[in-house]
Amino acid sequence: MGAPSIDEIAEEMYQMVADSMGKKNLKSGDLSKAIQKKYPDVDRKMCKLAIRQLMDNGRCVYAYFGGSYIQLPHKEGAAND
Amino acid sequence: MAKRDTPMLDELLKGPYPSFVKELYKVQERKPMVQDLLGQLEDSYEERIGHWKHGGIVGVMGYGGGVIGRYSDLQDKYPNVAHFHTMRVNQPAAWFYTSDILRKIADIWEKHGSGLTNMHGSTGDMVLLGTTTDELEPTFQALAKEGFDLGGSGSVLRTPSCCVGPARCEWACYDTLKLCYDFTQEYQDELHRPFFPYKFKFKFSGCPNDCVASIARSDMSIIGTWKDDIQIDQAAVAEYAKAGMDIQADVIDICPSKCMKYDGEGIEVDNHECVHCMHCINVMPKALAPGKERGATILLGAKAPIMDGALLASVLVPFIDLNDPDEVEDLHELIGNIWDFWGEHGKNRERIGELIQRVGMSTFLEAIGLEPEPEMISAPRDNPYIFFKEEEDEEEEE
Repeated sequence: MGAPSIDEIAEEMYQMVADSMGKKNLKSGDLSKAIQKKYPDVDRKMCKLAIRQLMDNGRCVYAYFGGSYIQLPHKEGAAND
Repeated sequence: MAKRDTPMLDELLKGPYPSFVKELYKVQERKPMVQDLLGQLEDSYEERIGHWKHGGIVGVMGYGGGVIGRYSDLQDKYPNVAHFHTMRVNQPAAWFYTSDILRKIADIWEKHGSGLTNMHGSTGDMVLLGTTTDELEPTFQALAKEGFDLGGSGSVLRTPSCCVGPARCEWACYDTLKLCYDFTQEYQDELHRPFFPYKFKFKFSGCPNDCVASIARSDMSIIGTWKDDIQIDQAAVAEYAKAGMDIQADVIDICPSKCMKYDGEGIEVDNHECVHCMHCINVMPKALAPGKERGATILLGAKAPIMDGALLASVLVPFIDLNDPDEVEDLHELIGNIWDFWGEHGKNRERIGELIQRVGMSTFLEAIGLEPEPEMISAPRDNPYIFFKEEEDEEEEE
């Protein structure tokens, strides 16, 4: 299997985050390890770029719950109107 | 006095030292946010329970650090502190400011936040206390316009910090400010985008006095040291004696490795036995100084007791010449190897020092590609933490 592009890695990561929402918080390292396991030719730098793309276009956001995690944008549960 | 009735906070004004409450009382006249802050704090004191909810997804676009989300769980009672987020701002190396820039930062925070600051947080950042989610991005833009960036929070590289170094200290064995600035620029990605199992801190001290306590407070501690002999000005030693200093009692007898002698006329140092504790240099700054062949020792693994117990750092690289670009490049490569191993094997919220404890130092050194050396020690005068096998020694001799 050939190495996927950054866009393709970002899409796979997005799906992982979307599938885990409400069940498990994923860290950058979790996403990176899963991608590298599936595509051994992908290095950490490519994973970083894919995560950066997800953040910069607003599809994902960083969250802090004791450690830093990646989530889909959502209304802050703690922020009452 | 407080707009709300705050008898317990009022008690803090009666102590012998200035209280933060006094400043909060001043600010509440113009900031309803601070009035509610005082009210909530009084409630916390009465009930002995905190009312802040911590964390969440607040931040500025693209960054995973720099904003610490904080919400009140008494939002109906204190609506002005429903959001009370903290912003960490990357401080200038060694905390040098002009009064002009301090006024500008104060104006930005007066406009966008509570006006309350903490100069500085324990990591070293400027800490701007209390703003709403809507004001985070405008504050960030206003700070960026003045040349400031956010610092680190969460599972990122935390804002590097350093001592005043050669800017104000003659004992600095390397340019701490330059290295701190260079590292901050080099690792912008790691500072703003969480990619680590947990936090990672660099601290830079110019000499073994370690004024930023890097050996206890940073994952990677870079402490200035020297290789050659302590510089001695015997004429200045005589001046100290003439001025009444008891050199034998106050310097020689206190030397931890007993490497000094004083014969009434001059000081002699057995430099091979010196552990660079800096005591004699601190006591006789006009007579003694660090040697001329200066560089730094790299240590790894310290942390404060948040998850597990506190750890002090251990020596990783005994001496590095930080004026040599090749050696600095090697250091960056080593840091990359350390982060790769940590990223691969570190558990969630496991600091690098804890990982080393879990896997063992020899496994760790092998993984990051560092040859063991006898100077790798956990404390001065201690045995190396590496045990060299006898058969390996014999092989080398052959």
